[in-house]
Amino acid sequence: MTAAAPPAAAGDSGAHFDYLLQLADTSLVLGQRLGEVVGHAPALEEELGLANIALDLIGQARLLLAYAGEHEGRGRDEDQLAMLRTPDEFRNLVLAEQPNGDFACTVVRQVLVDAWQLELYDALQGSRDAHLRAIAAKSRKETAYHFQYSSHWLVRLGDGTAESHARARRALEQLWPYTREMFDEQAADRELAERGIAPSAASLEAGWTTRIEGVLREATLALPPQVPYRWHGRRGIHSEHLGYLLAEMQVLQRTYPGAQW
Amino acid sequence: MAATPDWPLYEIFIRARGGLDHKHVGSVHATDAAMALEHARDVYTRRQEGISIWVVRSTDIVASDPGDAAALFEPARDKIYRHPTFYDIPPEVKTL
Repeated sequence: MTAAAPPAAAGDSGAHFDYLLQLADTSLVLGQRLGEVVGHAPALEEELGLANIALDLIGQARLLLAYAGEHEGRGRDEDQLAMLRTPDEFRNLVLAEQPNGDFACTVVRQVLVDAWQLELYDALQGSRDAHLRAIAAKSRKETAYHFQYSSHWLVRLGDGTAESHARARRALEQLWPYTREMFDEQAADRELAERGIAPSAASLEAGWTTRIEGVLREATLALPPQVPYRWHGRRGIHSEHLGYLLAEMQVLQRTYPGAQW
Repeated sequence: MAATPDWPLYEIFIRARGGLDHKHVGSVHATDAAMALEHARDVYTRRQEGISIWVVRSTDIVASDPGDAAALFEPARDKIYRHPTFYDIPPEVKTL
């Protein structure tokens, strides 16, 4: 399968490797966040539901990181990429690393990321990178269920009681500013779009907005106003939360390097 | 984890493969039928147990009273002629 991928060398500024990390890290970090819910979810059924999503996301991250390591060609495998990089080497959306907060926060964060991943995985079906295309096709099916789960919950919360509506609105207003980063077009994005490897970041915005508007309408929630500030997790500039998340995720490999079980 | 939420109980039935019947596998709590389907998917099909799910509100199931078991089921006990065991099965019939 990897034979079909465009060669890493000629004309690659490292953007391709970096892009694989962006996709992998958003899934990995969000999966780690959802894993924190285990033992704390409001109901046994929700706990299993969120844990299932977490495992799907970590599975996506594994495939992407393994491929990224192969693409890089420096002998780093998925475990080394996941467990031995520092926060500024992570390329996830800053949205993915935001704390779980209350259940409304967890649900809103999930809806916003799920809708983005749906658009992304759809667009990647047209990638010239066959390996990436295959990972996206597998992930697309999982993400369709994630979005169904999270959007149904947002509708229930938004169109629920006065308390649940207020919490959903608060979570939406709190997390909304982090969504701009998804569509922020960098030089590397343009390079990959020109080479036919990835969709341009900005091209995902229309589809994402349509999906989110649909869910918010049903949830009787208003679209929050845009804010000018842009986060840059995809360039390694993160909020203070990522360091703590990685400290917990990586502690075993950091304490006992090379440990296996 | 909080105590079980104040949500109604749904009974879950899963069809393991095409051609088989839906079988009762357990129950989940959910606020409505759509959520019950999602919960059933997450709780009972994690290991590819099924291809179709039915959910039914537990309160919608009408059950026989175990106290009536004697009247309901015991009269059948001595009616062995209702079992098709007195027929000679032709050798051509492989399964019956």
